[in-house]
Amino acid sequence: MTDHDNAYEGLVEADDDARWAFGSSFDDPLAGVDTTVPSGVDGSALATYCLMLADDSLVLAQRLAEWTTHAPEIEEEVALANIGLDLLGQARLLLARAAAADPAVVPALPEGSPVPDDDRLAYFRDADAFRNVRLVAQPNGDFAATMARLLVFSAWRLALLERLRASIDPVLAAVAEKGVKEVRYHREHAARWCITLAQGTDVSRERMIAGMREVWPDVAELGEVHDAERQLPDVAADHAAAFGDTMRVVDQVLQAAGLERPDVAPAPGGGRSGRHTASLGELLADMQGLAREHPMGRW
Amino acid sequence: MLTLEDLGVLRDVTVDDDTVVVTLTPTYSGCPALTTMRADVLVALRRAGYERAEVRTTLSPAWSSDWISDRGRASLAEHGISPPRPNDGPTDLILMPSRPPECQQCGSADTSEVSHFGTTACRSLHTCRACGETFDHMKEI
Repeated sequence: MTDHDNAYEGLVEADDDARWAFGSSFDDPLAGVDTTVPSGVDGSALATYCLMLADDSLVLAQRLAEWTTHAPEIEEEVALANIGLDLLGQARLLLARAAAADPAVVPALPEGSPVPDDDRLAYFRDADAFRNVRLVAQPNGDFAATMARLLVFSAWRLALLERLRASIDPVLAAVAEKGVKEVRYHREHAARWCITLAQGTDVSRERMIAGMREVWPDVAELGEVHDAERQLPDVAADHAAAFGDTMRVVDQVLQAAGLERPDVAPAPGGGRSGRHTASLGELLADMQGLAREHPMGRW
Repeated sequence: MLTLEDLGVLRDVTVDDDTVVVTLTPTYSGCPALTTMRADVLVALRRAGYERAEVRTTLSPAWSSDWISDRGRASLAEHGISPPRPNDGPTDLILMPSRPPECQQCGSADTSEVSHFGTTACRSLHTCRACGETFDHMKEI
């Protein structure tokens, strides 16, 4: 299609906007998509719901990226980075959807700032404005704990996205249709690792058991229903049904792995309402620091 | 040559007065190649004399590996990438490894999956027990 020697030349030649970062998508991830809020749907509740879904995947993407140069083998590093990239892609679309549904959620920056809405939401909100569940913000810990979390999260995410394909919000439905295909692979990947580690050596089995114990207190929060969901009967996924599916899949994997549900007390929830542990603040300091130094920056 | 149309990511081209509008769909939500694809489309149009061009994205219907043309599949194989098989699209959890793709170097079916995720999100990484070569397989989605 082109006679460039490399992709860089193509980017530089085409136009300036595409040059700002390799691996980025268009300035507006929803360019060309109709973002009108369906009639009868509360735009503010829709924005809150999109932030919940977006922040889950954005925060976990950041945690998965932390494995780069630290994973047990290079193939796994590539796998975790790829899973993170899928989740980041979903987050961008969902953040842009939140901004379109209710512009009031987008942080204000100095006049003339070129930072697009999805970046403003990712980089310029404080921790208490994030609506992710606590599960995704916990430090990675052992590789086995990362796999335990990825199993629970991707089972949960897939259960939600499968239902959201039927959402009356066409943007959510489209994001979900795409996401289902991606998260299916994430769930399989995590499930196979959990079984492999549980049935490997004594050491790997012990670490898998410990990893599962570590993430299990945060599983209960996935069952909490937020007000925004109650206000969006035909938009949001059926929460109880999705949670039921999640536990069924996790049990299926635990059984194949010869493991049992850990016997640990649930941790406090509240992430959806902005009540987080210190881990999220630390993660955001790392993720947001550079962008916040340059609110007028063009990347 | 493998084209965007062969890959199934080119969804539509229309001419509105003197502006060409090209619609692409990403293979994966976070596909980093989309930026390069857009740049290439704009350069190709400019060279063909269309100064006013616009590239849009569409998310729905979601891209499927089934949209890759026969020519696209042949071209992938030619470049050592095992083409995707038809996508049956189940969302039930599968814990057993799927049927391994054939080695793109020697054609042996005796291959194993090294990683579910290869050099890009759309590919998995495999190795051949017969000839020892490593190859990518384009995943079914």
